[in-house]
Amino acid sequence: MIKITFVDHSNVRRDVEVPEGLSLMEAAVQNLVPGIDGDCGGCCACGTCHVHVAPEFVDRLPPMDEMENEMLGLVGTRDKQSRLGCQVKASQALDGLVVHTPIGQH
Amino acid sequence: MNATASPYSSKAVEEANSIPLDQIDVADTKLFRSGTIGAYFDRLRREDPIHYCAKNSLYGPYWSVTRYKDIIEVETKPLIFSSEAGGVTIEDGTLALDTPMFISMDPPKHDEQRRAVSPTVSPETLAQLEGAMRQRTGEVLDGLPLNQTFNWVDRVSIELTTQMLALLFDFPWDERSKLTRWSEVASASPESGSTVVESNEARMAELGECLAYFTRLWNERINAPPKFDLVSMLAHSPATRDMTPNEYLGNLILLIVGGNDTTRNSMSGGLLALNEFPDEYRKLCEKPALVASMVPEIIRWQTPLTHMRRTALSDTTLGGKQIKKGDKVIMWYLSGNRDPDAIDQPDTFIIDRARPRQHLSFGFGIHRCMGNRLAELQIRVLWEEILKRWTKPMQIEVVGAPEATDVSIIFRGYKSLPVRINA
Repeated sequence: MIKITFVDHSNVRRDVEVPEGLSLMEAAVQNLVPGIDGDCGGCCACGTCHVHVAPEFVDRLPPMDEMENEMLGLVGTRDKQSRLGCQVKASQALDGLVVHTPIGQH
Repeated sequence: MNATASPYSSKAVEEANSIPLDQIDVADTKLFRSGTIGAYFDRLRREDPIHYCAKNSLYGPYWSVTRYKDIIEVETKPLIFSSEAGGVTIEDGTLALDTPMFISMDPPKHDEQRRAVSPTVSPETLAQLEGAMRQRTGEVLDGLPLNQTFNWVDRVSIELTTQMLALLFDFPWDERSKLTRWSEVASASPESGSTVVESNEARMAELGECLAYFTRLWNERINAPPKFDLVSMLAHSPATRDMTPNEYLGNLILLIVGGNDTTRNSMSGGLLALNEFPDEYRKLCEKPALVASMVPEIIRWQTPLTHMRRTALSDTTLGGKQIKKGDKVIMWYLSGNRDPDAIDQPDTFIIDRARPRQHLSFGFGIHRCMGNRLAELQIRVLWEEILKRWTKPMQIEVVGAPEATDVSIIFRGYKSLPVRINA
């Protein structure tokens, strides 16, 4: 199992343990972690699973494809640590990953 | 209603199933008006989910994309399926699409213009707006007559969406009914029989008045410090401040129509759905927290926009069909939102679905509705305030047949919904 920590807008931390291969979006939704919506169900088509990855993990993530980049381009609060949770899968390399969720998804 | 039965009359189903496939033309307002369109979509999803209508339809030849997953595929390939090449509706030139607006632009211009106005509906802005919205919604509800029939569309749906637009634009309050009128004029289509305006010339003349009015607001705000209303944002943002008057009009129309003709109809359609599914109304009264999951279900159920259109920029394949460069491709949201492969019991209104936001009414991909969370907030506040005042199942009773809006192949909604609040 891979440990992932979601930190919400008011700094509340929630740890979840999920199997390898599950996306961060699914990890949050299945464990009722608030702050991630995932309206499209995980096909990179809505931009409502935006997370800010803690800086020390950014380089360990798989590269972003064009569609994810395009969808994130519509998110007003995008920064260098921004990713879409549905495009990042839990893996051994990411065990202990910390991500921050925005005040809301839209 | 029996969850497994077809919601359409057996005659409609028989007709839809007996007509040769190549004769099916779903872009027929008659089918929408009679409520039988769903039977045709059911058949296409089963037998020919990506269907070519070559016959002499009112709108020329076009592809119908009817399944949920195929619609998502089209939505997520904006470089193949363009919004700019032919506009976003099956009928060329509706939505005043001869005026430029970001809904009918491709990247990168689309992205720049959208980014300039999207802060008006950001989570932070919505949190600030909610208080004012709740207060005004409460005032509208408190002003409704009790124990007598009135038109829910006029008194609630139109009034609330117009007030919201006036707040968003910081529009002169006493003149806010102009916004409703401009919305109706912009989305009217005299060619397909709409009677809102007499001709396209008359429509463009009224939209010219709209532009003149908003130009005055622009001039006031560009000379004042930036603030959180749409006009001020457009006037001050580097991406939009040099827009031509025509581009300004295009974006105004987009925001007015987008914020008006859609949510309004979900406000009416939701009440109608609860009356058609009284067990759901009862569930809601027993557990008002279900408003949260009911709101997206209302938006799925109503599907205020029947479709959006794309134009193929190159030859491509979709679900095994060869689409040629230049072809008109219609994504029927109304059909995808009733696709049993994507949505469990799609023909039943269920207010506590597990993943209620998995519906197509807002579209997906880069053109996904910018105001989706605003729409949800408006409907959520409406129902939260209703349930504070009228707590019993069926207390807001639909007492007569609803009247559909003026003929349109794009919008699904109501002109009147006779209602009585039993108090």
